[in-house]
Amino acid sequence: MSKNKKWYTLDLGLNKKKNTTGSCSCGNISENCTSAKQELSADEFYKAAVNASIGEERHKDGFDQVFDVKMDRRNAFKKLTASLLIGAGAVSTSCSIITGDDTKEKAQINWEEQFKGNYKLMTDEEKQGTIDRLMRSYELQTGKNISMTAENAVANVLFGYAFNISKCQGYMNCVSACVEENNQDRNSQMQYIRIHEMKDGEGFKFDNADDNYYHEVPAEGHFYMGTQCFHCDNPPCVDVCPVQATWKEEDGLVVIDYDWCVGCRYCMAACPYDGRRFNWSKPEVPENEVNKNQHYLGNRMRKKGVMEKCTFCVQRSRKGKNPACVEACPTGARIFGNLLDPNSTIRWVLENKKVFRLKEDLGTEPKFWYFMD
Amino acid sequence: MGVFKVFKSLVIDSLDTITKGSKKYHIWMGSLTLVMLLGMYCYTLQLDQGLSVTGMSDRVSWGLYISNFTFLVGVAAAAVMLVMPTYVLKDIDFKQAVLIGEGLAVAALIMCLAFVVADMGGPSVLWHMIPGIGVFNFPNSMLTWDVIVLNGYLFINISIPLYILFRHYQGKEAKKKVYVPGAVLSVFWAVGIHLVTAFLYQGLQARPFWNNALLGPRFLASAFAAGPALIILVLAVIRSYTAFKIEDKTIKKIALIVTVAAQINLIMLVSELFKEFYAPTHHSESAYYLFFGLHGKNALLPWIWTAIPLNILATIILTFGVLRNNLKILYFCCFILFVAIWIEKGFGLIVPGFIPGPYGKIVEYLPTGIEVGVTVGIWALGAFVFTILAKTAIGIELGLLRYRNK
Repeated sequence: MSKNKKWYTLDLGLNKKKNTTGSCSCGNISENCTSAKQELSADEFYKAAVNASIGEERHKDGFDQVFDVKMDRRNAFKKLTASLLIGAGAVSTSCSIITGDDTKEKAQINWEEQFKGNYKLMTDEEKQGTIDRLMRSYELQTGKNISMTAENAVANVLFGYAFNISKCQGYMNCVSACVEENNQDRNSQMQYIRIHEMKDGEGFKFDNADDNYYHEVPAEGHFYMGTQCFHCDNPPCVDVCPVQATWKEEDGLVVIDYDWCVGCRYCMAACPYDGRRFNWSKPEVPENEVNKNQHYLGNRMRKKGVMEKCTFCVQRSRKGKNPACVEACPTGARIFGNLLDPNSTIRWVLENKKVFRLKEDLGTEPKFWYFMD
Repeated sequence: MGVFKVFKSLVIDSLDTITKGSKKYHIWMGSLTLVMLLGMYCYTLQLDQGLSVTGMSDRVSWGLYISNFTFLVGVAAAAVMLVMPTYVLKDIDFKQAVLIGEGLAVAALIMCLAFVVADMGGPSVLWHMIPGIGVFNFPNSMLTWDVIVLNGYLFINISIPLYILFRHYQGKEAKKKVYVPGAVLSVFWAVGIHLVTAFLYQGLQARPFWNNALLGPRFLASAFAAGPALIILVLAVIRSYTAFKIEDKTIKKIALIVTVAAQINLIMLVSELFKEFYAPTHHSESAYYLFFGLHGKNALLPWIWTAIPLNILATIILTFGVLRNNLKILYFCCFILFVAIWIEKGFGLIVPGFIPGPYGKIVEYLPTGIEVGVTVGIWALGAFVFTILAKTAIGIELGLLRYRNK
């Protein structure tokens, strides 16, 4: 890659030179390369870089991110008082002797959940801790069990998506599958995917398109195009978040920690693709319709006043499955896969079809391509 | 320890002053309290049911709250137009006005913060934004810059007048050495808060209506017109209801600032309109929507076509010295200019940024009663805070409030 590039570009490693075995970063293939011992391996370098940037915080969660650091007494008292004041109410509930064990446990969970740290900075144990609490909390509330996971991104995976405009007929099975899979609010009819019905012969005229149609499809003289979160490689929504409640994971998914989001909606204003949704009121899903296979960053139950969005069904994709929309599509218009796997269907599409992306001039580098047969 | 004793006495004296006054004063404060309570009631409804009680939606996700926030940052920044001549250029005329201006800045900033909190989906987790306890996404997010500059400006604008008044309260002169560096800093800071707030919008490539290099400078120009216009109106009220002496000369000088800023603002408006309408592109659609409506949707037309004529009328009248120096006409101009800029920078700037949406979808926005209730309540809070600050400051400046060492 040229070093004097003025703007961001998505690197799929297509242009990377293949390293021959035995070669070293000094470019010397011979065995007596002197730099070999001093150079850090890529992994070690990454670790060192992370340590330098986040340091101790990486291993700590919640108050530990703050309290388990060296500080003077004055500082410590200042921080303690602030948090104690906020939590006094919760403590009094959890310590009361007249309330039942369940109530106490609930209060304890609520307390820990209210003051936990940012998921992005949690260690694996802490991630496990919070999903255990959330599962227990659901059980205490409804008497039913859910399964929630916190799988991390797998190395050498970068998720990408392609959409075949020729095949889509506008059936919207993807939309309903998405709503059911991701436990979206039924009251406000929240949908991550929008299918735009466009007139033949007018090209991509989004402003004349109808994304809320209720008639038989495919309608004559029309074609269909779906949009959702494009999981940009250079996502503008991530930069603007004041609290880092949204970020890009190692496998390219742009995710949100629903519990860390403060609901300022700056990311929504920053997204050029209408990819984000806000919970204007408390989201409701009938208990019998709740999808109980959940991921912390994916389809777990949200609360009022937080952002959410398509996660490429992180609860499925990280288990090696296709997102619900891909599986539900009756026409095969949707293709999902690992961009770093040279044998994946998505790579075949990118290499053999004339693909394009929306609003490329904005430099967001979406990982969502369109193509035609 | 002596300082604390004086400070305690100042607080007690100040409480004494602000709770006593004429019948009109009590009616004023009483009605403000009533409106604030009403606003609080509306806010509890919003807390209970979520932001769905407002007119905002996924398509237009910022509305009346952020509009008012943006406008009030400008009002707060305008205090600098009085600070600069007084403390830096040593123009004695403004000395009386400057304390009022800084009080206004404090009130405006408190309203700004209140509007931001009112707009949050999760006010209970706002501690996530506190550096140290939470995660502060600095310097990437312009919102964190805004948090820093607004709070810093609030601190400066509280500490300078407090120091001056504190000295005057004890019958001593304020030391120039102490407050002038602060005043100079606040001059730069004021420009900073407004530019940073403009960058909040300007930096979004997703919204072509905002993503425009003129936004920042235009923010400054309109702020330096609307802010001092409000100060003139406030000074007029103070002049007629209190013994605080403000000379005509002072008001006329501020009027000159308003005039120049309004003229520059108008030039920038022309430049913007030219760019949007001479060679319209896809990116001009928001401007088309704002000024002429799009596909039959025209909710903003009455607003903007109120604002533009008022703005032009005020600027033209102010331009003529004879008219400007007639105080009655001046007050009228200041009032219509204030209203015009409030519309332009609120409804005329924030809402069309979202319309049409990223894919050309047009969903209109109209604030709900609850939203208006909260907004009016916050304005009442600002007026309440300002009245308290101004009454204490005037009391001290008139020598009615003095520290007596018992």
